Amino acid sequence: MPRSSPSLDMTPMVDLAFLLVTFFMLTTQFRADEPVIVDMPSSIAEIKIPEIDVMTITVDDKGQVFFNIDGKETRAKVLAKMGEKYKVNFTPDEIKRFSIITSFGMPITELKNYLPKKELERKALYDVIQIAGKKGIPYDSLNNQLSDWILQSRYANPKFRIAIKGDGNSPYPTVKKVIEILQKNKVNKFNLITGMETGAAPAAK
Amino acid sequence: MSDVDTGGGDDHGKKGKKRAKKNSTKIDMTPMVDLAFLLLTFFMLTTTFSKPNAMEINMPLKDPTITPPKIAESTVMTIILSDKNKIYYYYGITDPKVEQTNFGPDGIRKVLLKRNKTVIDAVEKIRKEFEPKIEAATEEKDEKAIEKEMKVAMNKIKGDKNSTMVLIKTDDMAKYKNVVDILDEMAICTIGKYALVDILPVEIEMINNLK
Repeated sequence: MPRSSPSLDMTPMVDLAFLLVTFFMLTTQFRADEPVIVDMPSSIAEIKIPEIDVMTITVDDKGQVFFNIDGKETRAKVLAKMGEKYKVNFTPDEIKRFSIITSFGMPITELKNYLPKKELERKALYDVIQIAGKKGIPYDSLNNQLSDWILQSRYANPKFRIAIKGDGNSPYPTVKKVIEILQKNKVNKFNLITGMETGAAPAAK
Repeated sequence: MSDVDTGGGDDHGKKGKKRAKKNSTKIDMTPMVDLAFLLLTFFMLTTTFSKPNAMEINMPLKDPTITPPKIAESTVMTIILSDKNKIYYYYGITDPKVEQTNFGPDGIRKVLLKRNKTVIDAVEKIRKEFEPKIEAATEEKDEKAIEKEMKVAMNKIKGDKNSTMVLIKTDDMAKYKNVVDILDEMAICTIGKYALVDILPVEIEMINNLK
């Protein structure tokens, strides 16, 4: 009687594994590194957010506002304009760095310190400005930088669709303020980003 | 098969060596498989499949020269969102009887479904009328056209002047989640007319009296 070999044919399994690897490699889109994690409320809405030309205004659970637009060239253009307006001089290197980061939330003066920093130091800077009470883009009527960011972005790219990404536990008055700012900028149509209605959303802390 | 020798010609002739050569065509795939699975796990964990959904909001133009459309008082229902996921609601404008409810299954949805029953039934009737037509359509173009026609008919009923107009108001303690939830309820209960409105001082007083 021949000894049966302990090794078995792994070829189909390997085939499948590679098929899946290829599939995931081609379909994957890396999650952007965001300064805040927001836990979005769920809804039955079925509209998908487009991939390009999106302006995202994030509101976290403390009511701090973060801003993000896509398009490298648009970002560079917007930052240059904002620097002009608020008399903050950004070097070409800083503008280049700004064009590749994602969401940010701080007054424009802090942005000057933030941009030259490395990844880890940036996180630390967020903690520092959090303590100083400067985290988030100012949006009160005396210093409405959010409004200017929206205005300049829309000048740079009029095709922007605006999406508000709010944490479920963020106070509504903040979101309402953001909506009012949008309306002042003649934006009456926008989207609220929500999660899927599966009940899988983590429970409120 | 043993006659076929495609390898380097040096070794043929001796039986034992031939067998050894046959075995050597198998290579150990384990490291490759390890790597494949490592990559597979990595991509599976980092990939974000479901793009988040979004609800679309249209706010009215803020133009003082435009007078808002007149609505019959009997069709108005006011919903006030407050802290701890509480909802207060009342019908009409004069002499309001404020009631309290919540987001549970027996809460606001039941109230809205009851209130909006005629519209829901009418919309459902249209859906039943059009669904066979959509299924019967052979071309995608026709299907889209019929679907559009259905939506127009539905919107006509939803926007009818006798259908319920919901005013959504929030006090300062409301959470963003509550607003999204109530907008979601509007979609679920096929309410075509609703608006986010500022709360009045009288209403704050009314709900404070209930607390």
